[in-house]
Amino acid sequence: MPVELTINNVSKTVDVEPDTPLLWVLRDSLNLHGTKYGCGMGLCGACTVIVAGQAIRSCLTQVSSVAGKPITTIEGLSPDGTHPVQQAWEKIDVPQCGYCQAGQIMSATALLSRTPHPTDADIDAAMSGNLCRCGTYPRIREAIHHAATLEKA
Amino acid sequence: MNLNRRSFLKVSALTTGALTLRLYILQAQAQAPTKQNLKPTAFIKIAPDGTVTIKARGPEMGQGIKTELPMLIAEELDVDWKNVRVEQADLDEATYGSQSAGGSMSTPKSWDPLRRVGAAGRQMLVAAAAITWAVPASECTTDAGCVLHKATGKQATYGELAAKAAALPCPVLDTVTLKDPKDYRIIGKSQTGVDTPHITTGKPLFGIDVSLPGMLYAAIEKCPVFAGKVKTANLDEVKQMPGIRQVLVIDGTIKPAAYTAPEPGMEPGIAIVADSWWHAQKARKALKVEWDLGPAEAQSSDNFQKQAEALLAAPPVTTLRTYGDIDAALKNSAKVVQATYIFPFLAHATLEPMNTTAQWTSGAPGGGSKLEMWVPSQNPGAGSALVARSLGIPEKDITVHLTRVGGGFGRRLMNDYMVEAAWLAQRVQAPVKLLWSREDDTTHDAYRAGGFVGLKAGLDEQGKLVAWRHHLVTYGDGGKLAPGANIGSDEFPSGLAPHYALYTSAIPLMLRTGYLRAPGNNAYAFVGQSFLDELAAAAGRDPLEFQLEILSNKMVPVPGEENTPKSPRDLNPERLKAVLQLVAEKSNWANRKREAGRGMGIAGYFCHLGYFAEVADVTVDKDNKVKVNHVWAAGDVGSEIINPRAAESMGFGGVIDGMGEMAQEITLAGGKVQQTNFHQHPLMRMKQVPPIEVFWIKSNFAPTGLGEPTLPPILPAVVNAVFAATGKRIRTLPLQKSGFSWA
Repeated sequence: MPVELTINNVSKTVDVEPDTPLLWVLRDSLNLHGTKYGCGMGLCGACTVIVAGQAIRSCLTQVSSVAGKPITTIEGLSPDGTHPVQQAWEKIDVPQCGYCQAGQIMSATALLSRTPHPTDADIDAAMSGNLCRCGTYPRIREAIHHAATLEKA
Repeated sequence: MNLNRRSFLKVSALTTGALTLRLYILQAQAQAPTKQNLKPTAFIKIAPDGTVTIKARGPEMGQGIKTELPMLIAEELDVDWKNVRVEQADLDEATYGSQSAGGSMSTPKSWDPLRRVGAAGRQMLVAAAAITWAVPASECTTDAGCVLHKATGKQATYGELAAKAAALPCPVLDTVTLKDPKDYRIIGKSQTGVDTPHITTGKPLFGIDVSLPGMLYAAIEKCPVFAGKVKTANLDEVKQMPGIRQVLVIDGTIKPAAYTAPEPGMEPGIAIVADSWWHAQKARKALKVEWDLGPAEAQSSDNFQKQAEALLAAPPVTTLRTYGDIDAALKNSAKVVQATYIFPFLAHATLEPMNTTAQWTSGAPGGGSKLEMWVPSQNPGAGSALVARSLGIPEKDITVHLTRVGGGFGRRLMNDYMVEAAWLAQRVQAPVKLLWSREDDTTHDAYRAGGFVGLKAGLDEQGKLVAWRHHLVTYGDGGKLAPGANIGSDEFPSGLAPHYALYTSAIPLMLRTGYLRAPGNNAYAFVGQSFLDELAAAAGRDPLEFQLEILSNKMVPVPGEENTPKSPRDLNPERLKAVLQLVAEKSNWANRKREAGRGMGIAGYFCHLGYFAEVADVTVDKDNKVKVNHVWAAGDVGSEIINPRAAESMGFGGVIDGMGEMAQEITLAGGKVQQTNFHQHPLMRMKQVPPIEVFWIKSNFAPTGLGEPTLPPILPAVVNAVFAATGKRIRTLPLQKSGFSWA
C-alpha cells in the first residue's frame, strides 16, 4: 500500500505494508542507512529519528502513523555536516565504533532544540534511552555542552 | 615437599591451558615485524598534488586503529596529517600482514613494522630526489611532504617525486632509520577519527549498511536450545507469505559435546530469504517448528551450580601451578580466609548485530564461481579460511571487504555469520544480506564462560600473605577448558605469594563460549583483586599497601624458566606498582573519607601487555543501590600514547563497559538462554556513568594496546568500594545476585 512520507524535506512515496516499522522503510526501501537497528524494542535508541520535533524510536513506529509528518534522519540534519551537534561531535571526536551515534545525535538534537543550554541532569534525562557499549557517554556529554555554545541564539 | 603426584601427571594439561590463554599474543609475536616483507607501495599512494592515501589494514571496531595505524606510517613518511586520506584495505594478509584485531595486539604488532613502512617510503622519495638532483641522498632532508637539499636550495614535493620513487627498489625494513620521538609531529597529538565526519552524517560504513543491486535479505530461526534440529515446520505456509523468496532448512553440522569449539560448525535452523528483512522477520513469527532439542536441553544454570559445588568440594582435576607447600603453609598460617566467588556467562551485545553480505558470481574469467563478501569481522582472515573449509571452496576464490565494525568486544573473532551468509548466497543465486536480530544475537552468542572460584589464603602474625590456593571451576571437558575459560598459570599472585596453588576443574558444556574483551581477565581480576581486598581487611591493613608489599616479593620462577629473559607478556611488578601509586595519588587515596554508605575501592591488573589501576568512589543507599560517584584510572601502555584523545576514550570505555558487565548475566533453563534483549542484559546508561579521569605513565617500553587492559580493574574497584561503604562483600556477580543493583 502506498504511503506518503516527508523525509528530510523531500516527499517520498513507498509501497509497503502499513505496519512496517519506519526503521525498515528508511533502511531497506529508501536506502537511508544512517538510522540503525539495535534491538527492535525501543530499548537502545540506535534507531532514533525526529518526527515533528520529537525524538522517536523508528523501530517501534509504524510507517502509516507518520505519513505526512516531517521526519528528520541523520542524513537530513544538515546538507553538509555543519549542524551544531554534528560540529560538536566532530570536534570532541565522540564516536568509538560509531554504530549508536546517529541515534545519540538525533536525541541530542531534540534535547537542544527544546533546551538550548541543558544541565547535566537534563542530559541524563534526555540521553539515558540511548545505549552505547563502547562507553562514549562522557564524550557525548562534553559534545552536548559544546554544541550548546554553537547553537544560534 | 608435598608435591602433588596428580600435578606431575598433568604437565601436558598445564602447558596447554597456559598457552591457550596467550595464543593470540604468541601468534602476533610470531609475526616479527620485519619478517612480514611489507612494502611501502602497498600502503602508501601519493598523488601528483601531494595528497597521500594510506591503507588502514585492520578492522575498525571503535578501538581507533583506522586512524592510529596510518598515523604511524604518516609520521615516519614525514607528511602533513591534513593531507592524508585513509582507505580501508580489503583482506589480503600476504600484502598487509595480519589483519585481525584482537587481544589488544594491533598497536604492539604494528608499532615497529608500520613506522618502518613509512620510513621506507620516505627513504624512497629521498632517493628519487637525490637521483634527480645528482646529489647524495644523505644530504637530503624531508619536511612535511617535501624533500630538501640545503646546499643547492633544491626542493621537490612528494607529489612531484612519487612516480619516480615508486619505481625504485624498496629498502629492507630493518635497515631504515626511524625518527627520534622528540621530532614526532603526528604521534602523540590527538587526531580526529578518520571516519568521524562520515559517522556524524550517517554514511553507510557498517556491515549492516551494505547494499547491492538485486540484494535479498535473510534471517535465520534457530532452535532455542543450542544445536537443536528441525523436525518439522510449516515451510509451505511460510513460503506463501508476502515478500518471501525462499525458505531453507539448515541441517547444521554441530555435534553437541562436553567441549564446544568457538566455531563448532553451522547451527541448524530455518533460513528465510525475502525481499526485505522485515518480511523475513514477519515470516519467522509465523513459523511453527517442532524441534529435536537434543542433549543440550538438560542443561540449566541451577544444575551447573550444583555441579560446581560438588567439584569445589572434590580434589581438583587439573593442577596448573603449585610451588612451596600450600597445605602446610595454610595449616600454619596465623589467619586463614576462605571464600567462593561466582561469575556468570555474559553475552557480547555489540550494538550492531551479526551480519554479512555475500554474493556469488558464476562464469568468472577462468571458470568457476567467485564469492565476494562484505564483513564486519575482527578476524576476517580466519573467517575467509572458515568459509572455504565449511563450503569446500578454494580460499583464492573468496574476496573479503572489511566494513566498519559496530562493536567487536571479541564476538567478531568468531565468524559463524560469514559461513551462514556464504551458504545462503550459494543457494539463492542473488546477493544476500544476512542479519541476526537482537534476540538471535543474545541467545546464540559465543558467551563469556561463567565460573566458580574456591579461594583460601593464609596470613602470618604480621598480616603478610603467606599462601594462596585458587581453584577455578569453569566449563569444558575435564582438563580441556571451554574457549575463553582458560586461566594462565601466571594469574596474580602466582609467583608472588610465597606458597601457591592454582587448580581447575570443568563442567561439561554444550554451548558456545568465546572471547569477551579481556577474556578471562574480565572475571579473574574481579575474583583476585576482590579477595585480595578481603585479605587486607582481615589483616587490618590498607589494601594498597598490602598489594604493594606483595608486588615487592621476590618472584618465584617457573621451573625450567629461571634463566628465560623477561618478555612483555610477563608481569613486571614495578609497572603495576607504579600505576597503583599514581592512581592512589590522583584519587587522594591516603586521605579518603570513611563514612557510612560511601567508600572508595582500589584495584590493579596486568593483562594484554598493559597495566591499569583504578579507584572507584561509590555511594550505596538503604536499598543497596550503588551509585559510582567518580573513577580514577592510571595506565602504563608504554612510551607513547599515540592518539591521546582516542586513548582517553578507550580508558572511559573500558571502565563503563566493565561496570556494565557487573549487572549482566546469561542463564539457562531447559537448555534455553533466558535473556533475549537489552531489558534482560542491560548496558550502562548515561545517567549511571560517573566522571572518569585517566592518567598515563609513559614508561620505557614499546607502546601496547588499549582495547582490553582498561577494563578488568573496575569490577573489583567497585566491589571493594561497596565493601568500604557497607562492610558487605560482593562475591557473586551480577550485582543483583548479591543483593545490590545500580542506582
